[in-house]
Amino acid sequence: MNPSDRRYSKDHEWAQIVGEEVIIGITNFAQEQLGDIVYVDLPEVGSNLDQSSKLGEIESVKAVSDIFSPIGGAVIEVNQAVLDSPELVNQDPSGSGWLVKLAPSDASSDFSSLLTSDEYDELIENEAH
Amino acid sequence: MPVPDTSFFQSHYIPNTPSQQQEMLDAIGVNSIDDLFSDIPAKHRHPTLDIPHPMSEIDLKFQLMALGLKNSNLEQNACFLGAGAYNHFSPSIVKPILTRGEFLTSYTPYQAEASQGTLQVAYEFQSLISNLMDMDVANDGMYDGATSFAEAALMACRVTKRDEIYVLDTINPVYREVIETYALPQKLKIYTLPAKNPILPATAACLLVQYPNFHGNIEDLALYKRQTEDAGALLVVSADPIAMGMLKPPGEFGADIVTGEGQGLGVPISYGGPYVGLFCTRKKFVRQMPGRIVGRTNDSEGKTGYVLTLQTREQHIRRERATSNICTSQALLALAATITMAAVGKTGFRQLSELNYHKAHYAASLIEKLPGFSLPLEGEFFNEFVVKCPTNPSTINKRLLANEIIGGLDISSSMPDCMLIAVTEMNTEPQITALVTTLAEFGS
Amino acid sequence: MNNIHAFQRKLLMERSVPGRIGSILPDLDVPKQNLPRPELLRDNLDFPELSEPEIVRYFTNLSRLNFSIDTNFYPLGSCTMKYNPKINDEIAFSPGYAGLHPNQPIDEVQGALTILYRLQGYLREITGMSGVSLAPLAGAQGELAGVLMMRRYLMDNGQEQRLKMLIPDSAHGTNPASAKMAGFNVVSVPTDDSGNTNLEALRAEATNDLAGIMITLPSTLGLFDKNIVEICNIIHQAGGLVYADGANMNALLGQVKIGDLGFDVMHLNLHKTFSTPHGGGGPGAGPVAVKSILEPYLPAPIIGLNQEPNEKHYYLESPNKSIGKLAAFHGNFGVLVRAYVYIRSLGDYGLKQISENAVLNANYIKEKLKGYYNLPFDRNCMHEVVFSATKHKDKGVNGLSISKRLLDYGFHAPTMYFPLTVDEALLIEPTETESKETLDLFIETMKSIDQEAQSQPDLVHDAPHNTPIRRLDEAKAAREPDLRWSRPEEP
Repeated sequence: MNPSDRRYSKDHEWAQIVGEEVIIGITNFAQEQLGDIVYVDLPEVGSNLDQSSKLGEIESVKAVSDIFSPIGGAVIEVNQAVLDSPELVNQDPSGSGWLVKLAPSDASSDFSSLLTSDEYDELIENEAH
Repeated sequence: MPVPDTSFFQSHYIPNTPSQQQEMLDAIGVNSIDDLFSDIPAKHRHPTLDIPHPMSEIDLKFQLMALGLKNSNLEQNACFLGAGAYNHFSPSIVKPILTRGEFLTSYTPYQAEASQGTLQVAYEFQSLISNLMDMDVANDGMYDGATSFAEAALMACRVTKRDEIYVLDTINPVYREVIETYALPQKLKIYTLPAKNPILPATAACLLVQYPNFHGNIEDLALYKRQTEDAGALLVVSADPIAMGMLKPPGEFGADIVTGEGQGLGVPISYGGPYVGLFCTRKKFVRQMPGRIVGRTNDSEGKTGYVLTLQTREQHIRRERATSNICTSQALLALAATITMAAVGKTGFRQLSELNYHKAHYAASLIEKLPGFSLPLEGEFFNEFVVKCPTNPSTINKRLLANEIIGGLDISSSMPDCMLIAVTEMNTEPQITALVTTLAEFGS
Repeated sequence: MNNIHAFQRKLLMERSVPGRIGSILPDLDVPKQNLPRPELLRDNLDFPELSEPEIVRYFTNLSRLNFSIDTNFYPLGSCTMKYNPKINDEIAFSPGYAGLHPNQPIDEVQGALTILYRLQGYLREITGMSGVSLAPLAGAQGELAGVLMMRRYLMDNGQEQRLKMLIPDSAHGTNPASAKMAGFNVVSVPTDDSGNTNLEALRAEATNDLAGIMITLPSTLGLFDKNIVEICNIIHQAGGLVYADGANMNALLGQVKIGDLGFDVMHLNLHKTFSTPHGGGGPGAGPVAVKSILEPYLPAPIIGLNQEPNEKHYYLESPNKSIGKLAAFHGNFGVLVRAYVYIRSLGDYGLKQISENAVLNANYIKEKLKGYYNLPFDRNCMHEVVFSATKHKDKGVNGLSISKRLLDYGFHAPTMYFPLTVDEALLIEPTETESKETLDLFIETMKSIDQEAQSQPDLVHDAPHNTPIRRLDEAKAAREPDLRWSRPEEP
């Protein structure tokens, strides 16, 4: 079960509104698919991202996956702890393994296009089979 | 030559006899080997193959050794030729180790448990090359010095996200051509700057410097470091590994990427290849580095072992977004270099380097005094220098060869009547005297 | 208990003892000269100090940790790990060849050029092409040369908008990486259920921005695409060029000429098809062969021949529209000499026997193992066969574990997880130099592993057990890269 306090993209990213900011990470399903995560590449603070544009890359030993930004906005913080210890994304993808914080450009419209936790649970249920 | 009867020919490299082949065909359930090729359009099957008939080992060796004698080789002749490949010492232990089947006939170490020998050698090579150049990390080797330099330029463009490559006019002109082959199709721009007083614009991705340069001179890396730093560009240096026994290494000047031709480290000169390109960088750029990299880790029982690592940079994973298409590391030549570095060792490497230096300077001092000859370039050099001759260098080289001396490179197309002479530890005092004596015959 | 294994694996720098030397250099026999300015000189070089016998023993013991063709069956798919004849090495290492300087005037190296000239000719004949350059230093560089020629040809014909390069989804990763380096955009083409290129998908991509297609033949699925002539036609009609990745030429030597099928350009891997040793990951050589329209673009140098009145004279030349130089010198000469010796040893009859036996051996394995492992394409294979190790996944046994278990039995693993289009792929290429007895032992071993996977899955899952080292922590290696020895900090 994925937390219901946030929304999800079909590419397995999550976005959570906290005050004026939006926190972004990848889902537990995504980290399980990737296996041992060894490197995370994140944008610089200040970069502007459109919704669904490439946010960064995440690497396991033998695979590279793009991460897409589930919402648009400006990067205000990147998770240094994840850059230093990428295994945090494996250990706690919905919590301390978050990736970036954004100042959203149009949060409400972007969020309406994302999946609820129930919808996302259903999506991965189907993908797993 | 007698023609063998094809119906009885069986290659000595193929163990299965006709009766075994028949057993196998029976097991497969087809009548003939031909049936296995049925997917090939019949019209194009069984083409004529105009290749000579098989040869016995005795005949082949006889013929090829005779053909080899048509070449003037470096064992029978003194060699003063360099310009990117040098007649250097290769310890006797190199070849017996290199030709051990376990090293020679293994594949890229994808199965780490079955390749610890190759992998540990790679780690040794990376360690020693990093030490030699005084850089953080080295990879397991590139094709050669020229392609290493070209790949370094591409890497600098990736790191800086810029597209202008600046090249000093003193680099090997062939290296320059290779850089063009690699960089131009990617829409990168290449500009030449004079080594004397280069002005590097703030849009430059990198400055490419050869150390010592094509003419043998020791470039002022401290100056180029200041310039690249001011421009926010990377300093890329192609360094001669043998010179690094005595010269301050590029890492000490703050170079960002260091490449080099590893041939001098005990690799047979072999008419230009196979060689091994050296490639080092700083830790922070390691994920932009091309080529194969080996890392140390441990196994499930805690034992130390080695694996290919940071593979997500490479083509087999990242495909069209890889740092390069390269999937070769020239591991065997890296092994030769590693053995040579180990055998020559810490004190020997300095001595080796200085032998080159003193012999070259001695030869230069004698040639400079010959009537009609001069050293047209100023500045310090290592083991190679330009000589202006009283006549065409190719004429001089013919006379030298008659005296069993392979002369320097004829560079008269860029510097009239000039020859680039290299002197290494392999050149004895009598050889140098013979060179000078022959040259003196041309003095007016 | 002593720990000889740990001792044998101590690194050079860890073995170093101040005062030891590994080779004696000559004394300086000329007067000492003035050194350069002190600020140009280095202070210290951290290199090992070791004597010759310990260096020899160290490297010899390291070599014994490797699997190799000389010691093991090595059925690594698409890598053609065949026996590497010793005469090839002997000749390549002889002073008449290994002792030549690449900048020597051509008059001094006519013997070397003779070999290169003839090798160009043999490769033209084998491929059915009209021009060959031996310059590329590896298969991937041959690919790069090939696609660069395509690009230049299209530009010279006013077709610079053609930037789309089709690559089947089963292709080796170098194909897309090389195409990208030449400035092309890569579009993947799917394979159909029988393992051939999906023609409908191909036709849909045959538009006016099409540059061409890169096809591995036989494919990395070990299959000869039955529609290959039609594929070439479709691409040509759309104005594109057809590239053949010749990595798998071992299946086709003397059986069919790639040029006859309609291909315009290809590369060969001499370290695969022509038996030159892989050396643990290099050197190789990747000559390119082209049809006449691409000949002017070949990478330099090409070896030419002047028929002079008294004597033949070979020379180096650069074609008039050459894509340029790929390396400092003339190609991996030592590798080229080996391939030349190999072709002369086998001759016309022998070359055909290579492909016949390579294909026979692969089909024999396919037939004997298809009841035990899932065979995604049950049709005649060429020189290699791909299985899908999905049968015991529920017990935690996958392609990786089966591969590692093979190491315990003294066989090198097949290529695993490639091609990417086959789930749990195990790609097995036996080559022609393996005997039926070896193949039978391998087949029995694969059957035992299948048994073990059912009865003792942990045994397979935790393999290897008998190798010098167990499974290595690759995640740690990538997270905390330790890429070189460093001197421990002084306390």
